[in-house]
Amino acid sequence: MSGLTPTETPTRPEGAVATAIAGWRPLRLVERNVLVYRRTWYVLAAGLFEPILYLLSIGLGVGALVGPVAVGGGREVPYEVFVAPGMLAVSAMNGVVFDTTFNFFVKYKYSKTFDAVLATPLEVADVAVGESAWALVRSGAYATAFLLTMVALGLVQSWWAVLAVPAAVLIGFAFAGTGIAATTWMRSFVDFDYVMLVVVPLFLFSATFFPLGRYPQALGWAVRVTPLYQGVALERALVLGDVGWGLLLHAGYLAAMGTAGVWVATRRLAILLRR
Amino acid sequence: MASSPEALVEARSLTKRFGRHVAVDGVDFRIERGEAFGFLGPNGAGKSSTMRMIGCVSPVTSGELRVLGMDPAGDGPRIRARLGVVPQEDTLDTELTVSDNLTIYGRYFGLSRTVIRERADELLEFAKLTERRHDRVDPLSGGMKRRLTIARALINRPEALLLDEPTTGLDPQARHLLWERLYRLKQEGVTLVLTTHYMEEAEQLCDRLVIMDRGRIAGEGTPRDLVARHATREVVELRFRSASDLRAALPRLAGVAERVEPLADRVLAYTGDGDATAAAIADNGVHPAAILVRRGTLEDVFLVLTGRTLED
Amino acid sequence: MSTAALRVVEREARVFRRLWRGTVFSAFVTPVLFLAALGLGLGGLVDEGGGRVAGLPYLVFVTPGLLAATAMQTAAGDALWPVMVGTKWARTFHAMVATPLRPRDVYTGLMAWTALRTTLAATMFLIVGAALGGVPSAWGLLAVPAAVLCGSAFFAPLAAYSATQHTEVAFPLIMRLGVMPLFLFSGTFFPVDQLPGWAQPVALASPLWHGVELARSATTGTFDGHSVIGHVLVLVGVLALGWYAGTCSWTRRLAG
Repeated sequence: MSGLTPTETPTRPEGAVATAIAGWRPLRLVERNVLVYRRTWYVLAAGLFEPILYLLSIGLGVGALVGPVAVGGGREVPYEVFVAPGMLAVSAMNGVVFDTTFNFFVKYKYSKTFDAVLATPLEVADVAVGESAWALVRSGAYATAFLLTMVALGLVQSWWAVLAVPAAVLIGFAFAGTGIAATTWMRSFVDFDYVMLVVVPLFLFSATFFPLGRYPQALGWAVRVTPLYQGVALERALVLGDVGWGLLLHAGYLAAMGTAGVWVATRRLAILLRR
Repeated sequence: MASSPEALVEARSLTKRFGRHVAVDGVDFRIERGEAFGFLGPNGAGKSSTMRMIGCVSPVTSGELRVLGMDPAGDGPRIRARLGVVPQEDTLDTELTVSDNLTIYGRYFGLSRTVIRERADELLEFAKLTERRHDRVDPLSGGMKRRLTIARALINRPEALLLDEPTTGLDPQARHLLWERLYRLKQEGVTLVLTTHYMEEAEQLCDRLVIMDRGRIAGEGTPRDLVARHATREVVELRFRSASDLRAALPRLAGVAERVEPLADRVLAYTGDGDATAAAIADNGVHPAAILVRRGTLEDVFLVLTGRTLED
Repeated sequence: MSTAALRVVEREARVFRRLWRGTVFSAFVTPVLFLAALGLGLGGLVDEGGGRVAGLPYLVFVTPGLLAATAMQTAAGDALWPVMVGTKWARTFHAMVATPLRPRDVYTGLMAWTALRTTLAATMFLIVGAALGGVPSAWGLLAVPAAVLCGSAFFAPLAAYSATQHTEVAFPLIMRLGVMPLFLFSGTFFPVDQLPGWAQPVALASPLWHGVELARSATTGTFDGHSVIGHVLVLVGVLALGWYAGTCSWTRRLAG
């Protein structure tokens, strides 16, 4: 038992060494989630399953009933080629929404996971950044698996598609930051209906299943400013090899959204957890 | 503030406010290295708020606080790296197993996996949880969860262990096992800082303590010291059949002891010699339903200092 | 149904009065959004591209599909987590069987309650679908009982199963690996004969396909006597088997 006590090193260098090793502290939260999901990896796998099923059902199934889709520049592509990048963006969003809202709520409100974390050298910002970082890992993994599925189905038309994975991570970042920030205002599980109230319309109306041109004009402009649309447009351009400087606008939108989200989340969590 | 290097924690006019509510109202205290220091007081006395400020999880509203010679406002992470915290509510990670709880907590401190593995084996042994190491946390009993929380708090070999109401909610058997473990830590030289509203716990574990009530410190000293100063060596407890019997007896109890304290359900007579006082009471023609002579305790100290019982 | 089971319906209705918002959202708003996005938006592309699906405009094809699928999703959701709440987390069902209620009354009562809610959701959905032009026939009213029958055929066996479970770990998997694929491939969004050969018998075995076909007969007003009887028989058969299994497993769980 003597090993449990600091008595053998009365000048206490232990703590200082520990702090030095800790390195980038938010990474510890990522490690925690890896430990959790090591046992429940199938939950992660199941999250990828959904966009793939949509690709098969709507993309290939309904796609067989649909003619080629105009994607601008006088170019037309088969429907499944049109839908696939949209589902890629959706998989990146799905990868984070549940973790940063529902799961985050349980951890901060019921399991008091973050109260334990904050009794260690970690700070509130480490929690917000770390949980977002985990979300990026998850979206990156989903996007990679999804992209490989697309390649296998012959739905990728350009080498630019390699950038689809970092783009998906950016989508994940945008939704992670805002997801955590929004969750700090949730009072009970009933409030998660509002999350669905945002996510479901985004999923259905971000030029995912049909092009912008089919929306009534006013609605089309509304869609253009929503976040998932930025992701879908970015992914679609990369996968089709339709690359231009305009894409930086989409990327900038997503980066700004994620940064603002993490910033708000950090401030809110400081109020809630450091009382 | 002239802080000598030995002090582990030093507080001057330490204050914590939540909105208009004053939880801690300008307290002064000093905790030395290697001692077991207690905050004794009823619920709502401000003990947990004080503890959370020492643990650098709750910002100080006003006053001065130095922990390990540093300022919690600027050096939170560096201070916390050298403390172990056992919060009042269990904050174990329910999504992880017993041993994973230790692992990830060690990682929060930036310890290497090898170091954690060695210490985890030892700590599981200490917490008597070696057999349960691969189980989830949820099905563990209350006592096991507390022991795991303490083991977790020791993973960074802290210089001080902060325990907030460590045995509240445990059954007597689990409580005694926990006391025994904490006593072992104390023997090994770990500084213990604990809050409690059990006077028995304070007497068993604390070298020195402060009595807190309504955000202020009402008294300070070793348990023995406090009893000697504020209570008497012995106390005669008288119970009556009814409140009217109790009221009727009071005039005849005047002068039988150094001090007579009527409570709702009983009367306490503070005295140096319990048997003599009991005899005097009988001589005065008072015949309560039950009479008990016991030694003076911290419970009595609290009553004398605050006019209330700890259970209030 | 016994009057005892009605007590259970009453209890659920009381709870619902406080939590109706979430239910209305999942049971009504979501399907309507799907109808708008896929029926109108995607439907426009389909109708432009090649014309008709199984002889129908796409919106007319997809409306009854979504109607039956919604009933399935509502019923499946009700048959999983709420059962865990009642048997383990809050143990409300244990409290119920401490009264004259029997386990089978609790089970049947919950099934009746879910049927009531699906009726409500299906009716609202049908009104919206008709307003958008997805329900050409007045026989479409019969699509409501078809959807409710379909939902109950999912509730009965799933609730029978969840009463045997002591943790909820399998529930999300059932929703994602069972219910979700059925939703997407049971003739809801495109005819099952488009599926690869090996998958067609699987789709035909799915109760949802039978529910979708029944609902589609109703909303389009095209009844083929033999197949209608066949679909009803399959759904009633699943419901009866599920109910029998449910009375057994609920008795074991609550009175065992």
